[in-house]
Amino acid sequence: MSDIAERVKKIVVEHLGVEEAKVQENASFVDDLGADSLDTVELVMAFEEEFGVEIPDDAAEKILTVKDAIDFIKANS
Amino acid sequence: MRRVVVTGLGMVTPLGTGVETSWNRLVAAESGLRRIDRFDVSDLPAKVAGLVPGEGEPGGFRPTDFIDAKELRRNDHFIVLAMAAAAEAIADSGIPLATDEQKNRSGVLIGSGIGGLNAIADAALVLEKQGPRRISPFFIPSALINLAGGQVSIKYGLRGPNHSVVTACSTGAHAIGDASRLIRYGDADVMVAGGTEAAVGRLGLAGFAAARALSTGYNDTPEKASRPWDKGRDGFVMAEGAGVLVLEEYEHAKARGAKIYAEIKGYGLSGDAYHVTAPSPDGDGGFRSMTAALRSAGLTPADIDYVNAHGTSTPLGDELELGAVKRLFGDAMKNVSMSSTKSAIGHLLGAAGTVEAIFSILAIRHGIAPPTLNLENPEEAAEGVDLVPLKAKERRIRNALSNSFGFGGTNASLIVGVPD
Repeated sequence: MSDIAERVKKIVVEHLGVEEAKVQENASFVDDLGADSLDTVELVMAFEEEFGVEIPDDAAEKILTVKDAIDFIKANS
Repeated sequence: MRRVVVTGLGMVTPLGTGVETSWNRLVAAESGLRRIDRFDVSDLPAKVAGLVPGEGEPGGFRPTDFIDAKELRRNDHFIVLAMAAAAEAIADSGIPLATDEQKNRSGVLIGSGIGGLNAIADAALVLEKQGPRRISPFFIPSALINLAGGQVSIKYGLRGPNHSVVTACSTGAHAIGDASRLIRYGDADVMVAGGTEAAVGRLGLAGFAAARALSTGYNDTPEKASRPWDKGRDGFVMAEGAGVLVLEEYEHAKARGAKIYAEIKGYGLSGDAYHVTAPSPDGDGGFRSMTAALRSAGLTPADIDYVNAHGTSTPLGDELELGAVKRLFGDAMKNVSMSSTKSAIGHLLGAAGTVEAIFSILAIRHGIAPPTLNLENPEEAAEGVDLVPLKAKERRIRNALSNSFGFGGTNASLIVGVPD
């Protein structure tokens, strides 16, 4: 399952243009990684594509940190 | 009345990245036209275009020199090209953008004829094949025409007027003219103004080809395809690129010791009110925009030494423009040199007017009229007119007139000159 975490972190690095070292599991996309509202929409789309899951809008709103994303994908893929 | 001068130049053209590269190749009579190899053209009647050279070629364009990799994915190429031209122009001008006051008095006015056509085409396919949930949140801002200027304003902190122009092939000229008036009226002291275009793609080519506007007879000899006023001309050649100027109020520029390239002396606008794509057969629209530009400059035809023509290499358009210029200049025609730089770079559509205004400014600065390539067999009406065939010509140029005419019957003429 650590594979999921690595893939999530890789997407975050690519889409937000941040250093890998900053992408800790407790990092907040907005507060720690500089994402804006459009960035977070794009991130969720990238997770959907990578993992073949559908992330409904109400679930997407609760994905605020790297760990939130990993947990959602683990539970739903 | 406040006066407006040009203090910075930037461009990306099919002749290369940067003003100096493009100009040097232009006056050396080189061509930026080539057979299209980026996408399949086997089923398209027009197979040549003016394409910005890529990495590894002379004057090659490297997008990440101007925009970071993350932003690159999120912007259509017309925005990327505008950011590159703006970066060069702003650096060239040395305009101060440190204080709130300086930022608030500096604005942007960058237009495009078509905007993110390729982004729209791609997104339409995603919508059709994968549905609306796969449309990127960056799709709309990547395609909107005013986002070229928007991105430039965000990067440099230009917080003055934030405007744009969409007038087809007159866009780049209207952008300069309208921005200069914003400075004249005191809305800003500095304007970053220009035009950008990156619509060379299957959809753009198919559309212009359907309108029977494109050259189709020189697919195997691309450098011959754009031949304004030549009897063998058969349509324009689509091209991509961007041009951006830094315009500045004259006293503002003098006070900071800025390098002054030229003054924006005159600007004229008119409409044909005739047809969506065809120019009015009497050439009166172009005649009136040129007349208006002379009037606003307080100049007569005898004051103009060089005309950078719209000259797209279409059978009808070239003839009508030549007729209108001859009618306007009368006896003064014998002292004027007129050329079409589209012969070398093709038609940059919404960027054409700005790129050609920059070439006009450089013509003044270097005392060189750039050539009309491929003008081997001029039409009869060109008899006795110096259309600068094939080779650049050294001559004194004090003032230059640059024409742009667009679909919808929209005409703009600019006069740039040495400040008095």
